[in-house]
Amino acid sequence: MLKRTPLWAAHQKLGARLVEFGGWDMPVQYSGIIQEHLAVRNAAGLFDISHMGEIFVTGPAALEFLNATVTNDLRKCEVGRGQYTLLCNESGGVIDDLYVYRIEPIGYLLVVNASRVAHDMAWLERQLARFPARNLVNLVNASEQRGAMAVQGPKVADFIDQCFAAPALAGTSVERPTGLRKNQLAAFPYGNNSVWVARTGYTGEDGFELVAPAEFIEDVWDKVLAVGRPFGLVPCGLGARDTLRTEMCYPLYGHELDEKRTPIEAGLGSFVALQKLEFTGRSVLAAQKDNGVGSQCVAFKMAEKSAPPRPGYPICAAGSHERIGEVTSGTQSPSLGVGIGMGYVRKEFATPGTAVGIEIRGKAAPAVVVPKPIYRKPI
Amino acid sequence: MSNIPGDLKYAKTHEWVRVEGQTATIGITDHAQHELTDIVFVELPEKGRKLKAGEACAVVESVKTASDIYSPLSGEVSEVNDTVVKDPALVNSEPYTGGWFFKLKLSNPAELEALLLPAAYKQQTET
Repeated sequence: MLKRTPLWAAHQKLGARLVEFGGWDMPVQYSGIIQEHLAVRNAAGLFDISHMGEIFVTGPAALEFLNATVTNDLRKCEVGRGQYTLLCNESGGVIDDLYVYRIEPIGYLLVVNASRVAHDMAWLERQLARFPARNLVNLVNASEQRGAMAVQGPKVADFIDQCFAAPALAGTSVERPTGLRKNQLAAFPYGNNSVWVARTGYTGEDGFELVAPAEFIEDVWDKVLAVGRPFGLVPCGLGARDTLRTEMCYPLYGHELDEKRTPIEAGLGSFVALQKLEFTGRSVLAAQKDNGVGSQCVAFKMAEKSAPPRPGYPICAAGSHERIGEVTSGTQSPSLGVGIGMGYVRKEFATPGTAVGIEIRGKAAPAVVVPKPIYRKPI
Repeated sequence: MSNIPGDLKYAKTHEWVRVEGQTATIGITDHAQHELTDIVFVELPEKGRKLKAGEACAVVESVKTASDIYSPLSGEVSEVNDTVVKDPALVNSEPYTGGWFFKLKLSNPAELEALLLPAAYKQQTET
């Protein structure tokens, strides 16, 4: 049987269409993918992300351990700040991409991909077993005990404060959620408990991700939905989540990232902090930053009306059937009305402006490599 | 509950047929458009193409998937709906009217007997 998040009953009540995603029974849409996507760009959308994993790493050597294990520099994070980062193996291949938040002076919350929770825990345990100060680090997988949701869109700042009545108890010292800046987080009281509220997201819009104990995540969901509806908030599924992140060229593990791809190839070099002298995969990544890579992740747009590009479709040199790469993410962009995607191509074809062909049902449809992100908010 | 007009015939693969003399108009049903969700692209057969009953002849793409459309009958494509190619969302909003796909000059009208009547199609969609 498929796994259900603590919000499964809520999705049923809302008439969601559910599909299988990585072993979970998840809403792909409620009213329609395009409608939900546009709601997030113009007003607000609410996503169940409870299937994602929450791992706590605490103790006097937590920072030292994590900084030797992730690519970005955690020393940049004061209490109440998070950063996007990657876990790499010794060959620089990506085990997962994730967010790490410094929730306490010696406590960190890792939010990881649903499909990688088990892999990440196995990897962290393995790294910890070889870490000299391992007795000063505590590693706990709390994924089953937590639920999470993302509330995203330009109107979110107009109503999110109404959901949390009192000032922050932990993390960044603010009076209300809108006091948080991008990447900051705080714990706000909620009934007799508290909710972690982080100003982050996966859509390219302003918004927050909330993490709470599974026992009352449905209460928080209902509250946010009730408060947000008059501002245009609608529930949104994984379909819209995918179109929104593809427009922003945010990678999705299993598509742009896997154990054979490095962050440098994926174009995520700014999250690889070589000023750290030691972390797993550093030597391979440093060499790639110096020497370049043979294959790079690019964004592209279809040059004319065509069927949407999809993962797995071959990418060819313009006007030829010579295969130069493969699509890793693709869709019809609801905001732009044109097919868009990302894929890996040989580095000679990676410059924006390069014409390529996307092979769809045996025919090459013209496309062009474009800079990331593909979607930019109109001013 | 999907809409299943009483004056049409249906294929198991969710195409509908409206017959006028020797010409059949073909599209996909309300049930099909609902299953596919937001349609973003439609590829239709060329005018003049000869089709056999059951042959894959068109493609409909939603945000998430591509689906083949099968001709319910044999004949020659006599007309193609350019409007639905320009505005694929018509398949969702008007599956039986504005969202029609193509017309066929029937070569073997006896094939109509093999199509489903509305009640039989309704039963199929409910199981």
